[in-house]
Amino acid sequence: MAEVGAEIERIGPAEVEDVELYHAKSWITKYVFSQDAKVIAIQYSATAIAIGMVALVLSWLMRLQLGFPESFDFIEAQDYYQFITMHGMIMVVYLLTALFLGGFGNYLIPLMVGARDMVFPYVNMLSYWIYLLAVLVLVASFFVPGGPTGAGWTLYPPQAILTGTPGAGAGIVLMLVSLALFIIGFTMGGLNYVTTVLQARTRGMTLMRMPLTVWGIFTATVLALLAFPALFVGAVMMTLDSVLGTSFFMPTIVSQGELLKHDGGSPILFQHLFWFFGHPEVYIVALPAFGIVSDLISVHARRHIFGYRMMVWAIVIIGALSFVVWAHHMYVSGMNPYFGFFFATTTLIIAVPTAIKVYNWTLTLWRANINFTLPMLFALAFIVTFVNGGITGLFLGNVVVDVPLSDTMFVVAHFHMVMGVAPILVIFGAIYHWYPLMTGRMLNEAMGQFHFWVTFLGAYMIFLPIHYLGFLGVPRRYFEMGTTSFIPESAHTLNEFITVVALIVGVAQLVFFYNVVWSMIKGKKAGHNPWKATTLEWQTEEVPPGHGNFGRELPVVYRWAYDYGVPGAEDDFVPQNHPPKRAPARAAE
Amino acid sequence: MNIIEQLRQKPWTAEQVRIDDAHGGRAYVLPTAKLGLRILLTAITVLLSLFVVAYSDRMVVSDWRPLPEPWLLWLNTLVLIGSSVAMQRGLIAVRQGRIERFKASLLVAGGSAVVFLLGQLWVWRQLVELGYFAASNPANAFFYLLTALHGLHLLGGLVAWTRLVARLTHGDTRRLRMGMELCTIYWHFLLVVWLIFFALLLYS
Ligand code: HEM
Ligand SMILES: [Cu+2]
Repeated sequence: MAEVGAEIERIGPAEVEDVELYHAKSWITKYVFSQDAKVIAIQYSATAIAIGMVALVLSWLMRLQLGFPESFDFIEAQDYYQFITMHGMIMVVYLLTALFLGGFGNYLIPLMVGARDMVFPYVNMLSYWIYLLAVLVLVASFFVPGGPTGAGWTLYPPQAILTGTPGAGAGIVLMLVSLALFIIGFTMGGLNYVTTVLQARTRGMTLMRMPLTVWGIFTATVLALLAFPALFVGAVMMTLDSVLGTSFFMPTIVSQGELLKHDGGSPILFQHLFWFFGHPEVYIVALPAFGIVSDLISVHARRHIFGYRMMVWAIVIIGALSFVVWAHHMYVSGMNPYFGFFFATTTLIIAVPTAIKVYNWTLTLWRANINFTLPMLFALAFIVTFVNGGITGLFLGNVVVDVPLSDTMFVVAHFHMVMGVAPILVIFGAIYHWYPLMTGRMLNEAMGQFHFWVTFLGAYMIFLPIHYLGFLGVPRRYFEMGTTSFIPESAHTLNEFITVVALIVGVAQLVFFYNVVWSMIKGKKAGHNPWKATTLEWQTEEVPPGHGNFGRELPVVYRWAYDYGVPGAEDDFVPQNHPPKRAPARAAE
Repeated sequence: MNIIEQLRQKPWTAEQVRIDDAHGGRAYVLPTAKLGLRILLTAITVLLSLFVVAYSDRMVVSDWRPLPEPWLLWLNTLVLIGSSVAMQRGLIAVRQGRIERFKASLLVAGGSAVVFLLGQLWVWRQLVELGYFAASNPANAFFYLLTALHGLHLLGGLVAWTRLVARLTHGDTRRLRMGMELCTIYWHFLLVVWLIFFALLLYS
């Protein structure tokens, strides 16, 4: 016991430090140039979803072309490349990263750890405005001569800046500038997320009492702070290659019969830089999704998460390992076979902590009291989809399997499953879950069910057949196949089918948007804590949480976030801020 | 905070609950702004190291033609060292509560940082006049790139410095001191970065 006493000494005084709260003085500083993390979260989300819609429309155009080649005069080969590039980049960076970290991170971190706001609110505000600028620069590239870049979302030099590639002039430069801006903006936000988690938790909220959502977002942010610099380096050096004619990445090269001035640069160096960012990027998107799903299934199955400590470790280990697997994207770049062996091994190792997470989710659900609410449906759909995409990832992680499948539709199917469909499902689940907190009203259930089933089944109808096309050898990033002998007629029929489904799924999203708007006015009143969750964001005085998040006093935490199905507790759960003695009874509200 | 130790905690045991309930909620005793700065410096370190990796990767190729090191670079380096020294003296002064001395040192530090930047621009001009363009050799390209990067980071530091100077007349000592602590850390960091870059440029 004496030891325990000493420990408490070392931890320091148990007082909640009062932060200097920023107070909005006018409408503009309250809703536009706001420093309140919740407003910034909504700004981030709205911007991300708006630009995500552009990417969605681009995917329809691509699908139209693939399903019905030679039917659309307005889609030329070079347009197709531009669509691919912008679709891929927007989805990965400007939608998913911004939404998970800038959107959910900003909204949930302060509320879940019991803070009044982020620790550097001004910097946080700047982060959003720079992000918006990055998006606008990206959009501007659609309107410059030559259009946006068509280099593929990987932007590999030398082709990215050679005249044969669409958008090789202004398009690519704007793309690179936009990425650089995004990274600067993100770094400002990321600084906030990490420091807030470390320094602004409320009393009693130790790291190992944090909900897994916070762990996921926190670790993902650390990854992003360490990985995005690589993309920044690549972007800066490629911009110089393009604008000043330097040769960082440009080798000696003949383009369209003309010997260019560049010489001696290394395109492979760019690939390393890109994937040193690109692989962790997968986990920057996946870790918040892991965290959120853990919390969703725990709340909606009324069961504590199985193996909490293991779940935290898995998140941290996956994060660390994600920095040593990047070259599995470069098996066909002519690398040393020993290198390939090394990266194949690390890639397979990373499957272990990932599998642990899946087992723990399954065990949490095992014989639990599962409520098939919309968030639960989306969480379950995520688990299934992630396993599906993860397994094809194991195939592609092996050099011998990857070489024939590389650059086929199989790869497209794999990464859409694992980092396209799966995280989007979590985002929907999370929106259905936290919408009542953000607006005070529930989303409409019937519309939600319709949205879920069409999206879930539709995604499988789109992407399962694409695996098969990959086996047939249909290459990715091809404008059209023409009359290629190894591609049977049935593949064309399949492509038509996929396109039709893709359009239907796309339209179904309109139902979701309608639901979001409709419920804001007409939705059922949610009241306090409709899902009976334990975490702090649901224990605020007002719903939606007001300025400063909590009332006069910050909540004090006495337990972990997973006291569900507690025998004897009046409501089968105990919120994190309920003191032990009064545990079974609910505090006066 | 030892992360491994944290991760090994068993939050469900009665003993740990007692410790956890008393936990103030912070991971570090450090002031929040300082921690934020450290995290930022970590990200910048990653960024700059990647440039150094790219540099070393390119340096070994045979077409690398190192450029002459103008003597002015040595002078600039001295000025930057002087700037850091002035910062440090200012920090000591503000810690001791000698405000006048602190103000003078702060102004000297910022002033010499500006002189350093102008000096770097002058070096660029000299090199361009001598015909060392960015595009003509990778060594030149890297030289301009690294100096520009360092300069931009220093410029960012000067923005923070300006905000600190603006507070000189009315800010309370506690906040001035915090600002000074942060600026000094950043200044020393950039000095080290410059010394590494300079060594790299000399070495090739
Ligand atoms: C609405 C459902 C979606 C459909 C129908 C769709 C469709 C497509 C199509 C047809 C391609 C081009 C394939 C090729 O010719 O190589 C593509 C590429 C791509 N998509 Fe999607 N996509 C969807 C959602 C997403 C999401 C949510 C992500 C987020 C990660 C994403 C990321 C990418 C990436 C990274 C590429 C590769 C771009 C490149 O090759 O440079 N997609 N998608
Ligand atoms: Cu990868």
